[in-house]
Amino acid sequence: MILFGLVMALKGPTYRLGTLMHMGPGYLPTVLGVILIGLGIAIAASALPLAEGEDEDILPENREWFAWGCILASPLAFMLFGTVGGLIPGTFACVFVAALGDREATLKSMLVLSSVVTFFGVLLFSYILQIPMPVLRWGGL
Amino acid sequence: MIATALTDLFHGFEVAFEPHNLMFCFLGVLVGNMVGVLPGMGPLATISILLPLTFGIKPVGAILMLAGVMYGAQYGGAICSILLNLPCHPPHAVTCLDGFPMTKQGRGGVALGVTVFASFVGASWGITEMIFLAPVLVKVALEFGPAEICSLMLLGLLAGSTLARGSPVKGVAMTVLGLMLGLVGTDIETGAERFTFGMTHLYDGIELIALALGLFGIGEFMNSVNQVSTVNTQYANVRLRDMRPSKADIKRSFFPMIRGTLVGSLCALIPGTGPTIASFVAYATEKKVSRTPEKFGTGMIEGVVAPETSTHSSVQGDFIPTMSLGIPGDAVMALLLGALMIQGIVPGPQLISEHPDIFWGLVASFWIGNILLVILNVPLIGLWVKLLTIPYKYLYPSAMFFVCIGVYAANNDMFQVGETAAIGFVGYVLMRLGFHPAPILLGFVLGPRFEENFRRALLISRGDLFVFVERPISAVFIGLCVLLIGLQVYVRLRPKKNGKPAVEHAALESAE
Repeated sequence: MILFGLVMALKGPTYRLGTLMHMGPGYLPTVLGVILIGLGIAIAASALPLAEGEDEDILPENREWFAWGCILASPLAFMLFGTVGGLIPGTFACVFVAALGDREATLKSMLVLSSVVTFFGVLLFSYILQIPMPVLRWGGL
Repeated sequence: MIATALTDLFHGFEVAFEPHNLMFCFLGVLVGNMVGVLPGMGPLATISILLPLTFGIKPVGAILMLAGVMYGAQYGGAICSILLNLPCHPPHAVTCLDGFPMTKQGRGGVALGVTVFASFVGASWGITEMIFLAPVLVKVALEFGPAEICSLMLLGLLAGSTLARGSPVKGVAMTVLGLMLGLVGTDIETGAERFTFGMTHLYDGIELIALALGLFGIGEFMNSVNQVSTVNTQYANVRLRDMRPSKADIKRSFFPMIRGTLVGSLCALIPGTGPTIASFVAYATEKKVSRTPEKFGTGMIEGVVAPETSTHSSVQGDFIPTMSLGIPGDAVMALLLGALMIQGIVPGPQLISEHPDIFWGLVASFWIGNILLVILNVPLIGLWVKLLTIPYKYLYPSAMFFVCIGVYAANNDMFQVGETAAIGFVGYVLMRLGFHPAPILLGFVLGPRFEENFRRALLISRGDLFVFVERPISAVFIGLCVLLIGLQVYVRLRPKKNGKPAVEHAALESAE
């Protein structure tokens, strides 16, 4: 259910952040930090007796490391290609990378999907909603 | 009193019938209905994705549309759970119990027909409740000082985090985390930087859109990628003429409808008990009242009608505390409040008097939206069923694009896209650890206002913490908080002796 270590990780930084600034602007954060530490201990305490009996795993049955990676990489791809190349490459890369994560995805279906989304996306955001982002450019920032 | 309410309501209809508002309302319920039907897309993710699109339009239109998404999704969710036995959205989990057996018996159409009608009845009652109750609440709330507002928020936060699904301790922990996230950025009173780690991008705080899309967009996609099994549509052939219930069906569902409505409206008034709990309570009540409780689960029409009615009645009723007090009951409401704040409208008791067009327009649009939904659902049922077959692998990459462009468009800032990805990752880890991300949003939206009022109250009382207990109204709220915590501790300790609550709890958890 809960890994003790993660609670520690959650707790540690909050403590440091919480007591960093005294009074004034730091008052509420400190109080909240203390409360969170208390809750962290409570959660950990209730999880401890359970942890011994069975080997609990926070990961789901089938692990989709690749798919998870793809989903997380997709916004990063959008950032990278969006800054360098503009809206069209950004969108295409974003959808393509995300689609890569699906198990049944084929190269053709990914290409088609990315192109369709790019087409409508650019139409909608660039021409109808007037997002101030260049549609296509070289070099960039 | 009633006369003024009716005049205001009339004004609201004028606002809601303006062509562009009508269009946004229609768009909202259409999109809502669509995502309600689609497995793997929730109203929270949809509202977050649509949020950036609403910057360009007027506040009234924006809020009408976003609210439309929310109650539209409730209609759509019923279709999914009755025909496919897939509880795409928690409030409809109970509907599966009797709805799917009805489908197997070939009476799925009837179940849907009755549901649409029941939903309309429930929603209408919720709206009526809102019309008369909200102004009264506002009158009371205008008397509140900072101390009262502060303790009321505390109650709202506690209720929102403990009464929701999952472990209450984890819920509170998430709320606290949300409050802390809300503190990131420049301090309002002293201008000091807090938790920015020297990053200039964080000086303005964490963007609501980045948080919501990270938690409910990216986090959810990671949760359901490659997990959605192929949908079994063998029973899902429903035509319009199958939907007409017989006289006996109508007779049987009349009283469950009324009971469901009452349960739903009561649940709406208690902050934190949203539609999910309302539907479970309604189902349990129906089972208790019924002369043949053993038949439940085999396709009883009562078991479909009562939970659906109560869900809708409580969905509409949830708007009461949100709109009149500025205290959201759940994450969806928090998101709507956030949308209002982005538009520059301060939520709270003064909202109804300062922006009557928003409040009354919203109320009127509920009715229009619900009628639109009935019109959309009855003849077009075949279309919605077809929609169920759209594979997830096309859905989520497209949604990813909307997430990215939405976050970018909010401030034209690429940094926030990365911020969203990071939040999404953290959100997913938390979800796997059994923490629900919804209370984070609740804390995040209320955080800054909570701090402001907390400080103001202490300033007035010259740093005396007892101000919260000495003022009578505030003391009542604090008392309720203590009661709530006590109750939770009691419920937690009891199942060890008695197995029954644990079973119900398990049922609630499996509904997620």
